[in-house]
Parts: sequence; structure tokens; C-alpha cells
Amino acid sequence: MAGALTRVIQGTKPHLGIIGPLAINVNNVPVRFQQTQAPSKDKYGPLADSDRVFTNLYGRHEWRLKGALARGDWYLTKEILLKGTDWIVNEMKTSGLRGRGGAGFPTGMKWSFMNKPSDGRPKYLVVNADEGEPGTCKDREIMRHDPHKLVEGCLIAGRAMGAQAAYIYIRGEFYNEASNLQVAIAEAYQAGLIGKNSCGSGYDFDIFVHRGAGAYICGEETALIESIEGKQGKPRLKPPFPADVGLFGCPTTVNNVETIAVAPTICRRGGKWFASFGRQRNSGTKLFNISGHVNTPCTVEEEMSIPLKELIERHAGGVTGGWDNLLAIIPGGSSTPLIPKNVCETVLMDFDGLVAAQTSLGTAAIIVMDKSTDIVKAIARLIMFYKHESCGQCTPCREGVSWMNKIIYRFVDGNASPKEIDMLWEISKQIEGHTICALGDGAAWPVQGLIRHFRPELERRMQEYSAAHGPSKAERLY
Amino acid sequence: MLSSLRTGVQGLWRISSRSIQTTASRQHDSLFVHRDTPEDNPSIPFEFSQANQKRVEALLAIYPEGHKRGAMIPLLDLAQRQSGGWLPISAMHKVAEILNLPKMRVYEVATFYTMFIRRPIGKYHVQVCTTTPCWLRGSDAILNAIKQETNCEVGGNSACGKFSVSEVECLGACVNAPMIQVNDDYYEDLSVEDTKEIISKLKKDEKPKPGPRSGRFASEPLGGLTSLTEEPTGPGFGVQDALKA
Repeated sequence: MAGALTRVIQGTKPHLGIIGPLAINVNNVPVRFQQTQAPSKDKYGPLADSDRVFTNLYGRHEWRLKGALARGDWYLTKEILLKGTDWIVNEMKTSGLRGRGGAGFPTGMKWSFMNKPSDGRPKYLVVNADEGEPGTCKDREIMRHDPHKLVEGCLIAGRAMGAQAAYIYIRGEFYNEASNLQVAIAEAYQAGLIGKNSCGSGYDFDIFVHRGAGAYICGEETALIESIEGKQGKPRLKPPFPADVGLFGCPTTVNNVETIAVAPTICRRGGKWFASFGRQRNSGTKLFNISGHVNTPCTVEEEMSIPLKELIERHAGGVTGGWDNLLAIIPGGSSTPLIPKNVCETVLMDFDGLVAAQTSLGTAAIIVMDKSTDIVKAIARLIMFYKHESCGQCTPCREGVSWMNKIIYRFVDGNASPKEIDMLWEISKQIEGHTICALGDGAAWPVQGLIRHFRPELERRMQEYSAAHGPSKAERLY
Repeated sequence: MLSSLRTGVQGLWRISSRSIQTTASRQHDSLFVHRDTPEDNPSIPFEFSQANQKRVEALLAIYPEGHKRGAMIPLLDLAQRQSGGWLPISAMHKVAEILNLPKMRVYEVATFYTMFIRRPIGKYHVQVCTTTPCWLRGSDAILNAIKQETNCEVGGNSACGKFSVSEVECLGACVNAPMIQVNDDYYEDLSVEDTKEIISKLKKDEKPKPGPRSGRFASEPLGGLTSLTEEPTGPGFGVQDALKA
């Protein structure tokens, strides 16, 4: 999964420490994010081809070094490296880039945490390529069709935080993607772009690929670190944060593939250029995955803040059977709550716009469901996913998600009592915020979204069931 | 008096009619403990092959001194590849020996990650993604077709020993749904006919062409690009002034 687990949630969570106070609340005064004043716009998207970062997204051109050089990768990399730490971090801050793995933490600020006075320990950059959030498949396209963007990004990010090496943790199932990436790294070593005296800048930097072995939870940054260390992928308690004690006990920053891969282009074209897209505090371009009931599912790079409806109609050929056939959309990967059709009409695809719609941008993986969908079954299948992927460390998640799974599968047939809807809501609230990592939250939110918007549907099923089979066992019990 | 009796009886019935709550581990899809079998027991020797010995060294070199344990997952994966797609207990012992760790540390990892399979499986491990994005686009029909064609139940091996079928969680190719993974390759944008064709080719030990089956190359929209229609821009395009000097 693509780090969607490390999500900033609505409201503050005290134990999330530094992330807490940064949580976005659109109803109050906007929280400060470092960004220069963006020109005010009221129309977002479509993006011009010359403004796209991932110019080989569809693999129509050569992905190896030769092709990458022709598309302008590795251009003036030495000059960027020589500009130094502060310049790179400042460009990232100017760009207003927020982490693309789900949490949306400002990247420039995250990198600046690494620039404390050194205590002699080496520093590491870890790239989270453990993409597994249902609906998300953006990093895969980067790694197999534009791997040099990622390799160059690692070098620049590594320079910005003074890291000596980067580990790219790629999910084990992506075997062919990992081998493309490995080829790209080998090419970069041979060309002297990374390794000793990278690009002739006098800076030594290594990049290693580490393949995982099939665990969604390893997309959580501390679980990922545990996994690289050769242990079970069970998240660690924070603090200490990885920026203090991370991989092998050394200061570490974990970033998503997309975040790292856009960094070279931001440095080359300038933070101001990147900040000119999207609304303020939501700037930049973003890869969107549109899957489910659309005519032409696809991955596409678009401007942030593009209206959801326009995105689907322009790139994915519209909802099957027309827009009126739409039932609901999950806008940011499986852990974000769904939104019904009337919300989809107007919502803007960015961090603030979706928080205002009581959901979240997550990884911008849009799962479209038309009116033929059994919406309860669709959410139930997601809960089964979370049940399967819970690492079993915290009781609320391990037991609670199993309970939710049992209850919601009864809801599919309607074999339940209407009182259980509130019970399910309460279980989800008891899981949310009571676990070490955000997997519990991610499992609770889809359920909450379902109850919030489809309660009448749940009740209708229960009535139908009791009309056909007599009162359900749960109804007799509760 | 009567009413209190009724509540009491109801209360009793209420307790007795609840099902026994089991923890998640009891419902897991594979067994956590090892059972000695003729194919898989500690007395079967395991050694890395000559070629793999070199890979072991290369993998160990990635991790800093004192943290060689990091190579655990890559080494287990290598051992699994050498043993024909599954991980015998003697291979785990070998990895523990290489990393100089108690065996338990290796068992922990091998049971945690779903890609380590601790039972003999067929030559072709067919993994069907059935998570919501694939399910919305008809993964149930694909799964049924595979069960029928391979004559193999989910989580089992086919009688011919060639196929193993698993139902897996999201494989990260959601815009190319529905999809399956056979060993290392993804087969995407499947219809039931495509699936049958893939299985019949595998039966003849031919390699079906991986990738999307709908006629597109990767994840672009089918039937015409909506973006990236122009040639990519070359080096130096739009470079900011601060770098030019």
C-alpha cells in the first residue's frame, strides 16, 4: 500500500504528536502551510501536456536511461545538488508539495526535520513503494515506465536531508516493476549518476531495492522500517519518530514514490511553477487512478483541485450508463469514506475539498460504483480486506475489524437488527484512534461512510429479510 | 414473579445462543504451525545452489554491518524460488544459519508475510484478486472460471499438481481490473474467455502473454488517449532561471 495508512485525520489525535496540530479543519481558520502566494484561479484542469511531470506514464516511450535523458531527466542534476540542502528544501516548501501517499504532510517540512545537527549516525531515505491500498496503482506506473524519475528523486531528496543511502521498499508482488527499477539503478551507477561522487557533485549516495513479501501493513512507515530490518511488519509506537530513530536506529525519512519522483522536476522548473496548479495549500499535479464502473478506467496525471465529475468524464469516458447511473464514489483509496452522487457533482479533488465532504484525498484512487452495485457487499469486501491485513498487534483493530466483518456480512443479506447499525457505528468509533497505526482508522472509515450515506438501504434490506424469513436472530436477541 | 422468570429464561437463552467468539488467527487462511510431512520436514537437507550463493552474498551486502538481518525477506524469497515456489522448513533453518539468528526469528517472518507459502504448491500459482475494485468489474466470474478450468479449489492444489489457486487481496493493478497473477506475471483486463485461454496455455506449459488483454498497452484509457498526446518535452524545457546561471 502506498502509505495511505499514515493519514492525517480530521480532528487531532494526541498520540500522533507532531502530525496532530497540523490536521486540516476547513471550518476553522486554515492551518498554515508554507507556500508562496499562488495566483488565484477558479478553474482547475485540464493540464497541458507540457506541464505534466510523468511524460512516460503510459510506457509509450523508452523507459531506460537513454529515453529518460531524452525526456529531460538527469538534466542539471549536478547543479541542483550543488545548490545545497537549504535551496532544495526551500524549493520544496515553495512548491507546497504535500506527501502523495495519503497523509498529505508537507514534504519540505518533513525533509527539514532531518537537518538537525548530526550526532554521527548515518541518515537514511526510505521510499515507500509498498502500494497496496485497493484502488491505488499509480506508483506501479512510475516504477515500470519512468524509473529514472524515482532514482533521480532519491538522489535529490537524499542530498536535501544529508542521507547516505536510500532504500526503496517495493511490494513483493511487483516483480517486473522491481526489475525495471533495478535496471534503472544499475544504469545510473554505470553512468556515474549515483554512487561515489554522484553526478560529479562530490556527494556519495547509494540506492538499494528491498522487495517486500505481501503485507499491506508494511505501507505504514514504521512497519515498513521493521520490515526492512527483517522483522514482522508491525508498526512501532511513535514517538520516537523515524526522523529521530528510524531504520537501523538512525534518522530516517519515509516518502511515497510519487512524492520523491516529482522532486527533480520541481527543482528544475521551480517551486513556483508547481505551486501554480491547484488551490492554495493543495498545489501541484497528481496522479489519479480511476477504477470501477467507468467506461475507460485509467491512470492520469491532472491538476489538483480538478472537479471530480470533470475528471471522470474527461479521462475515464464517464460512468457506465451515464452520470445519472452513478451510485457512489470512493475518492481516495479503500480507507476513505464513500461519497454519494449528489456530493460527487461538485466536489473538488484536493485535500481540503474532500475533507469538507467528510472524506479524504488519500492516494487519489477513485473507485466508481454505479447503480448496479451491491454497495453493502462492496464495503463488506473492503472490511474483509482489512481483517486479512490487520497485523494483530492492537486488540481494537484485530478483534474489532473481525467483528465488523462478521456484522457487515450479515448486513449484506439483511440478516440483522436495525439496532446493530448503531452498534456497528460504535465499534468503528472504538477502533478509530485507539490503535498504534492508522490501519484501524482506515478500516473504520468505510463503514462510517456507508452508515452515514446508506442507512436507509441497510434498513430496507433488514425489513425485506424479516418479511421473507421472519425476524432475524439478531432482532430476537437485541 | 412470572415476569422475572421470563426475563431469567430469556437471559439464559441469550447467553447460550451466542456463537463462540474466536480470534482472527483462528480464521486465517493458512495454518500457522508447522506439521512434519514427508515433503516438508527438518531432516530434508537444503543448500543454496551455486548461482544463488552469489545472490545471497549480493543481498547481504545491501545491509549495513550489524544489521544483516535485513536480508531475511530477500533470502527467504530466494529460497522459495529455489524450492519451486514454496518454502520448506529446512530452507528457513538455512536462512537462520546464514543470518546467525534463532530459528524462531525466521519462523516469525515466514508466517507473517502472505507471499511465503509453507506447503507444497503447483508449478503455476494462480492468484486471483477479488478486492472491491476487481470485484466491481467481475472478478467473481474470473475466479469461477479458474476453479472450473484448473479443477482446483481456492487454497488448494489441482489433482495434476500443476496449479494452485489463491484468492488474494489487492495486487495494485486496479485500473486494469479484473486481473490475476500467475507466478511473477500480471494478466490484466481479463474476460472469462481470456482467463480460459491463459489456463489452457499454461496446461500446455506455454507462456501466455502477460499484460492487459483489452488491447491497451498499460493503464491508458482504452480507445484513445486523453492526455500525453504530444511528444514529451526535451532536456532544458522550462528550467528556472536560478539553475541556468
